[in-house]
Amino acid sequence: MESLSKRIAAARAAVAGAGSLDEWERLRVSLLGKSGLLTAALKELGTLPAGQRQQRGAELNVLKAELSAALEARRAQLEQDAALARLARETVDVSLPGRGAMPGSLHPVMQAMERICAIFERMGYRREQGPEIEDDWHNFEALNFPPHHPARAMHDTFYFENGELLRTHTSPVQLRAMRGRTPPLRIIAPGRVYRSDSDQTHSPMFHQVEGLMVAEGVSFADLKGTLEAFVTAFFGRRFEMRFRPSYFPFTEPSAEVDIRWTDAAGKERWLEVLGCGMVHPVVLENGGIDPERYTGFAFGLGVERFTMLRHGVDDLRAFFENDVRFLAQFG
Amino acid sequence: MKFSERWLRALVGVEADRAALVEGLTLSGLEVESVQALGDGLEHVVVGEILDCRPHPRADRLRVCTVAAGAEQRLQVVCGAPNARAGLKAPLALEGARLPGGVEIRAAELRGVRSQGMLCSARELELDADASGLMELPGDAPVGHALADYLGLPDASIELKLTPNRADCFGMVGLAHDVAALFGGATRLPDCAPVAARHDARRDVRLDDGAACPRYCGRVIEGLDASVPTPLWMAERLRRAGLRPVSAIVDVANYVMLELGQPLHAFDDALLEGVIVVRAAVPGERLRLLDGSTVVLDHGELVIADARGARALAGVMGGADSAVGAHTRRVFLESAYFEPAAIMGVARRFGLHSDAAHRFERGVDPDLPPRALERATALMLAVCGGRPGQVLKSDRPGWAPSRQAIRLRRARLARVLGIAVEDAEVERILLALDIRLAREPDGWLAVPPTRRFDLSREEDLIEEVARIHGYARVPGLLPAAAAGVEAAPDDRVPLTGLRGALAARDWHEAVCLSLVGAAQLAPWGLLDSAPALSNPLSADLARMRPSLLPGLTAALRANRNRQQTRVRLFEIGRSFHAPPAPRREVERLALAACGSVAREQWGEPVRTIDFHDLKGEVEALLALRGPAAAAARFHTDGLPAWLHPGRAACVTTAGADIGWFGALHPQLERALGLDAPVYVAEFDLEALLEAAPSRPAPLPRFPWVRRDLAVVVAEAVPWAQVDACARAAAGALLVELRLFDVYRGASLDTGHKSFAMGLILQDHSRTLTDSDADACVEAVVQALQQSCAARIRG
Repeated sequence: MESLSKRIAAARAAVAGAGSLDEWERLRVSLLGKSGLLTAALKELGTLPAGQRQQRGAELNVLKAELSAALEARRAQLEQDAALARLARETVDVSLPGRGAMPGSLHPVMQAMERICAIFERMGYRREQGPEIEDDWHNFEALNFPPHHPARAMHDTFYFENGELLRTHTSPVQLRAMRGRTPPLRIIAPGRVYRSDSDQTHSPMFHQVEGLMVAEGVSFADLKGTLEAFVTAFFGRRFEMRFRPSYFPFTEPSAEVDIRWTDAAGKERWLEVLGCGMVHPVVLENGGIDPERYTGFAFGLGVERFTMLRHGVDDLRAFFENDVRFLAQFG
Repeated sequence: MKFSERWLRALVGVEADRAALVEGLTLSGLEVESVQALGDGLEHVVVGEILDCRPHPRADRLRVCTVAAGAEQRLQVVCGAPNARAGLKAPLALEGARLPGGVEIRAAELRGVRSQGMLCSARELELDADASGLMELPGDAPVGHALADYLGLPDASIELKLTPNRADCFGMVGLAHDVAALFGGATRLPDCAPVAARHDARRDVRLDDGAACPRYCGRVIEGLDASVPTPLWMAERLRRAGLRPVSAIVDVANYVMLELGQPLHAFDDALLEGVIVVRAAVPGERLRLLDGSTVVLDHGELVIADARGARALAGVMGGADSAVGAHTRRVFLESAYFEPAAIMGVARRFGLHSDAAHRFERGVDPDLPPRALERATALMLAVCGGRPGQVLKSDRPGWAPSRQAIRLRRARLARVLGIAVEDAEVERILLALDIRLAREPDGWLAVPPTRRFDLSREEDLIEEVARIHGYARVPGLLPAAAAGVEAAPDDRVPLTGLRGALAARDWHEAVCLSLVGAAQLAPWGLLDSAPALSNPLSADLARMRPSLLPGLTAALRANRNRQQTRVRLFEIGRSFHAPPAPRREVERLALAACGSVAREQWGEPVRTIDFHDLKGEVEALLALRGPAAAAARFHTDGLPAWLHPGRAACVTTAGADIGWFGALHPQLERALGLDAPVYVAEFDLEALLEAAPSRPAPLPRFPWVRRDLAVVVAEAVPWAQVDACARAAAGALLVELRLFDVYRGASLDTGHKSFAMGLILQDHSRTLTDSDADACVEAVVQALQQSCAARIRG
């Protein structure tokens, strides 16, 4: 008995000092295993006289419970230590960059064009296209630019030998959209246009979006409301706006739209952003639409101008240099 | 059109201040481009007269002047201007003046000599750019008089950017009517009453080109003194309109042009011979112009000729050999109507700046020539003296400027504008614009003045009412018309989806010019198919691109030249094709890439892009079409010559070629100066975007079995053959065949390669057994051995 208590005390110390789960397992087996110390002691109970057996049995069970608890506590501690050690081992440098592909980018002018068209599509406009190599009739004549009209000279047109031309605006799409259809019509026509002009503020090729609505009872008030809604939607905020009388052969009354713009230096000024007007009756007639029954409005805007305002870019040429260091900034 | 604000106010009563006037003009469609204030800060600046001018004792360049500043006042002023001289009258800034530039005038010592004011140049007073010397005032300028008052200051030069329809506003009178309508003032128009002839001298006129010049008025004025100075008020109005005073006769002609809008020309009548003939130039005819240049007239330009030949380029510029000068005593004054088409482009062709051509090209009031001639006569007599002859008016027979009445309906006006404008307001506006009105039950009958040839139909009048009434008074409404709901086709990949996928896969979107040069196309062999412009800006922008790739590849190369070694660009745009191409414009997608496959990063080896990387991109794009439409055949028939014949493929879907991709031909790479392999792709966009809506198969309820197999075949056997053979042999059980390795190496015979593949087997009605799988693999092995001469590796 004496020696058992000594050995048990030693075992307790050993359990508390077990340094690994392996060592712990060996201790467990040596104490509580089939031939372990306590198991052996319990087996010996049968050899004791009946009077001692009960008391001795109770003592041994208490000892066993104590040892089991100590073992369990130690195992939990060892497992926790092991888990912490594993976590420490597995720790990575979270500051290292991630691997794999990163996205490229969409061209800012194309993004703006898409944004413009999407706003009008939400208003029920339908996207249309027309050829970039146009004939004189669609680009000028049918839009009420008679031959020798001074407004033609303002268009700096590129011509082909056969008399065809590169469209100078997206307005010819108006006619293509009108012909063979019956109002109500709402169309939006994005695309490339060309003028023989090149400097910091002019590119021989640029992008326009044309809009057209024709129905019974469409008025100048509708035009104003539509464009006010559009500008607010595009820039995501309200601007002070003004409609200034202007002249386009294919609309009447015509207007240019200015917004009150604050530049980077904090200076406020009126900035022209679009041209628009009520579709000229001659154009409706050329489109096969009765101008007495139907009225309509049309507008055209320069996509580069909207892109420049949106992103604070002031040199048009940057858009066509395709420098990836520039493009990558547009996501 | 630039003009003096005071001049305008003299023609129309306006109470509005300058800012309101300018805003009113802009908001009525006469856009003000610039406003230059003149004569602010001229308090304490008077007309001075230099009485005496002596050298400065201690400075070579300075002079000491005694200057009269009034009847009694004599001041000593030190001055450095080269034109300072006794007897000159010039602006004198007195002590206490604060000049427009901010200079304050105080008495001072200049190198030891006392100076009690400052004699000024036009620049120092910000009246003109001229800083060459003192501003010389006329000899009759009243000494001591306030300069501002004497010069009619303060004033402003206002410049308008006129739209092509408003040619009438190239004359002050036209402008005055708009201002009267805008601000409600009354116009005070110049007197154009006929001036009676006082002699019989005449010069006959013959119109040989009546279509180009249907009206020509002329008059001989004799006994002129051409050497008199132009009156100050007239010179100042010209100057403030941007015209430099030249000489009395020329200035009067220019003044009437600005005032009424009618360009005039004065010939020295003594230098003319015989009848004036208005005709087209004879090819090769030469003419020396007022600006000293000589033009050769090869395009049938309209000229004013006499017995000696062409003497003036009609409506553009007079000839040097019939020009008026200081000794001119007799002038022939021309006031004509030239058709815009006859003048259009002539000044531009010869690079001439001409205020007359500027006006005639846009159109001048056809009724104006006789009135302008009378006005000019009266002014010329007043300035230069002289006696007028008869006005000879030649009109093309049957030609008469006339105006049709235009019906303006009240209901139409309201319908177009979206607001009702009161009748009284409509009438006020149109009458103020010099439009004659007659009331009708449903509106008005309106007859515009001949000056307003831009007004010919109802819409024109609606615009007049709207712009004067004010666009700001029309509210903004959203149209109420019902919008139809457009069908959204599901057989097409949305373009935004394609662009988004490309951007997500690390491609950058580019926009290249559609205009390219022959030199850019030649190495690609694409020159013949590119439509050519007849008036290109430059040789490198002379053709329409027949492919997006030359431009995109050039953009790629430019990026490489800027230290970007890995470049991946795409563009969506049109290619253009000269006849007999069936389609002249084709919307395309093009890709161009070079450098490493992935961005440089740690933990991954750097690998340069190759054919199969690009093919993976192509397959990813095809996958957007949906599984039912993604299948494509890749083949090498009909590859364009600019692709590497062994590293490029055509893509066929649904039996049609939709594009090609691969490495550029090494010869082309050399020709383009590319220093690394470049991979490109180009597709017909519409064909690429053809999609098929998904019809998903039911999901399997039983597990699949995988068996791996490696076979060795000769190098010449393409994967497609092995793939097809295996699929055919395996039958319906094979749901997927995964190629997971292609091996070439020492352990294989030369000229052979190994394909390692995983066969995914599955049955929809039961779990497959080992023997099912074994039998299937065995069938595949046998078929590969027979059809592909394959050997099992293992």
